[in-house]
Amino acid sequence: MKRFLIAAIAMFAVMPVAAIDKDRAFDDPVLQARYEKIIAEVRCLKCQNQSIKDSNVFLASDLRREIRRLIAEGKSDVEIEDFLVARYGEFALYRPRTSGKTLVLWIAPFLLVLFGGYAMFRVLRHRMTLPINDDNATKGQSE
Amino acid sequence: MSRYVLPLVAVIALIVFLVIGLTRGDPRALPSPYIGKPAPQFELPQLKDLAATVGSEDFRGQVALVNVWATWCVQCRVEHQFLMDLAAQGSIPIYGINWRDTRPEALRWLQQLGDPYIASGFDVDGVVGIDWGVYGAPESFLVGADGVVLFKQLGPLNWQIWESDFVPLIASGESSQ
Repeated sequence: MKRFLIAAIAMFAVMPVAAIDKDRAFDDPVLQARYEKIIAEVRCLKCQNQSIKDSNVFLASDLRREIRRLIAEGKSDVEIEDFLVARYGEFALYRPRTSGKTLVLWIAPFLLVLFGGYAMFRVLRHRMTLPINDDNATKGQSE
Repeated sequence: MSRYVLPLVAVIALIVFLVIGLTRGDPRALPSPYIGKPAPQFELPQLKDLAATVGSEDFRGQVALVNVWATWCVQCRVEHQFLMDLAAQGSIPIYGINWRDTRPEALRWLQQLGDPYIASGFDVDGVVGIDWGVYGAPESFLVGADGVVLFKQLGPLNWQIWESDFVPLIASGESSQ
């Protein structure tokens, strides 16, 4: 058991080594953290269910290179997003921006929960008015 | 009876959305954000003569087809004969962007299959590709005389697509000058 645990821990310990983007892009840990956060949230357009952080196709590495360049030039996160959206559209961002076009994506979950809650409330309220008597309850359900 | 109307409407709406989602064609095809906007400016070394350049300036004032191609791209091989035929017809200047390729292979490709391009830019590190929002070769951009992108085709062109999507726009692209 102990041996198994050591093996399991060792397995997880080496996992970060398998990352696609092996080299540190920036010496400054703040810039590096920003860089890693951005590339984790940009869709690889060639392999659409991966971020460019997780993909090793050349388009992803090209995009990582451009993002490194933009960060090095002192561009803000919003400017980098603008750069990507201008070229590839909103679809390139995994975290859609709150704009008119994407508003429905942001509010739909809340609307659905509200609607579901209301429907549940209505059903429960209706059931509470039903008599507890078993005979009548059967009648009530078959209307 | 009326209590079944709402669920029925909801189910029908869901079916309609599913049908639209399943039949709208290639789910990887994204609308280019450049359509109706000026094409990005570019200037690249020419594939055949690295000392010379090719770029947006070369087709300013005329409707042009900008085709992104590469030798590693299988669909580009499918498309190539169409481009040769189109070039032979001579109705529109075709410029190439050789994207993320190696020069010897690209030159051999043009030698073996023919060269439909007035010139091809050699975009070895994909910088211009990113500027144009390219994510899968072949991609073809129809650029109007005023430099505005009129249409973008993802995937290989053929005469059917050319006649239905490009030809009507070429007329309007010329008149927008």
